[in-house]
Amino acid sequence: MSAKETTNLPPLPPKGQSARRIIFNHFAILATWVGLWELGSQLGYIDALFFPRPSDIITGFWRLFIVQGNIWFHLGLTLLEVAAGFLAGSILGIALAFGVGAFETVQRFLKPYIVVIEATPRIAIGPIIIAAFGFGWTSIIFIVMLVCFFAPFVNTLNGIINVDRDQLDMFRSMRASRWQTFRKLILPEATPEIMAGLRLAMASALGGALVAEFIASNKGMGQLISTYTGNLNMSSAFVCVLTLSAIGFFIMRAMESLDRWLVFWNDRNRTETVGRKRHAAWENAALARKESR
Amino acid sequence: MLGPLEKDMPSTPPPRETDSPVISARSVRMTFGDGRVVALEDASFDIKAGEFITLVGPSGCGKSTLLRIVAGLIANTGGHMRVNDIPVTGPRTDVAMMFQKPTLLPWRTSVENVLLPTELAGNVTQADKEKALALLELAGLKDFAFSFPSQLSGGMQQRVALARLLQTGANILLLDEPFGALDEFTRERLNVELMRIVAEVQATAMFVTHNIGEAIFLADRVFVMTPRPGRLAQIVDVPFARPRAPDLQLTPEFNALVAQVRSILGGHE
Repeated sequence: MSAKETTNLPPLPPKGQSARRIIFNHFAILATWVGLWELGSQLGYIDALFFPRPSDIITGFWRLFIVQGNIWFHLGLTLLEVAAGFLAGSILGIALAFGVGAFETVQRFLKPYIVVIEATPRIAIGPIIIAAFGFGWTSIIFIVMLVCFFAPFVNTLNGIINVDRDQLDMFRSMRASRWQTFRKLILPEATPEIMAGLRLAMASALGGALVAEFIASNKGMGQLISTYTGNLNMSSAFVCVLTLSAIGFFIMRAMESLDRWLVFWNDRNRTETVGRKRHAAWENAALARKESR
Repeated sequence: MLGPLEKDMPSTPPPRETDSPVISARSVRMTFGDGRVVALEDASFDIKAGEFITLVGPSGCGKSTLLRIVAGLIANTGGHMRVNDIPVTGPRTDVAMMFQKPTLLPWRTSVENVLLPTELAGNVTQADKEKALALLELAGLKDFAFSFPSQLSGGMQQRVALARLLQTGANILLLDEPFGALDEFTRERLNVELMRIVAEVQATAMFVTHNIGEAIFLADRVFVMTPRPGRLAQIVDVPFARPRAPDLQLTPEFNALVAQVRSILGGHE
């Protein structure tokens, strides 16, 4: 196989004793940081107006999630917008790339446009979309969709274009149909790059939704943050930001796992595991056949 | 597209009663760019069933072009190419090709890679699966049937590709520098095994190489080709009996043939 540019997954953390130690160390460092922050704030070295005390932020979590409970609505709305925009944008991007990839002439014709559009800052088109679709969640979904469209589109197209010529000839010499060539060669071959595109899209989807809410909504997490900040309610604003960090972290982790699961052949350990599983499945099938006879 | 008749053809046709050639070329010609670039000048030859032919020559002599015409991957711009008495119009079931790169699918285990041609042709039966395992064993990969390509060395990957080539059931095997990317020792060992395997399955082989010694060692006949324009300069008979041992390459008779081929290639090398 040619050495292709794909996602470079970080190595999995070590298991067992050493992992527990690493986690413990991290917690110790974090606790020291938070403690110093709290102390500095109590003693008046840090302006609590802009950098609220950790203790205020912790009570802020209690206030926003349990006492007031209003954050749930805004969080749910933003996540729905992200999910809808991400799905629509990436599915459209991937589908269009496969459509374009099937025709070499269309590919060549579109290439210069793709380069120009890729260089255009997505969010700059935001106001135009708001002008077209109005104030509110429709516009926000469209903006997220736009943000999530190009990375999967460009990556998928690259994946298709970079399929090895000899592999294609091999399929042709075996009289594979167009559909078979797509299903058994092009799609899996492009999967690592598609996944890299999806991860890029996901990374910008949440940010895109927040920026869109800043300018085009009175609901959602973006609005909540700007309202709290406007009222100088910094501890609540920090609660919102930290909540989004946590969600963003889990989404990216989930994407990573999906990538590892799908593109198992780029990971040595996963390759071994999958090989053992397939071997076992083969042997079991053979055993079942013997018994049924 | 081929008709239903040819699709039902047995994977290994019975030995022919007549001596009619399995591959027959008449003034086969290949030009590019409206005839300005001649990749292959008129080539005419017959290849009998079970023959092992090697094509030797420097880059640009048209040896890969000729192979791809036989494979039906490119269409000759002049002359007639017939395989098993049927004109070549595209890829077909009685011809299979192997490339310099293993071209294995990295998400498939060895045996799944070997089963690919069966899968593309229709349903995979239990017999197909057993055949694939048997072919992997024939290629010396009994214990690696469930390994992925990334877990195999370059030589082992080409063995898988060889098993896949045989799985097609084609009786004409086209090999485009199949071991060219491997080290000298691995290549020599695989060449010996290739000869054994091709003889065992009674296939006809066309093998492209740029190594004169390898070309003579493997072949019943060597097609010597020269570049600019690509031309089949001469066909050299190799009289040595089979099976052949690597020591053959040390004999004076062998080296006389090497000298002969070298002189045909002349200043082209």
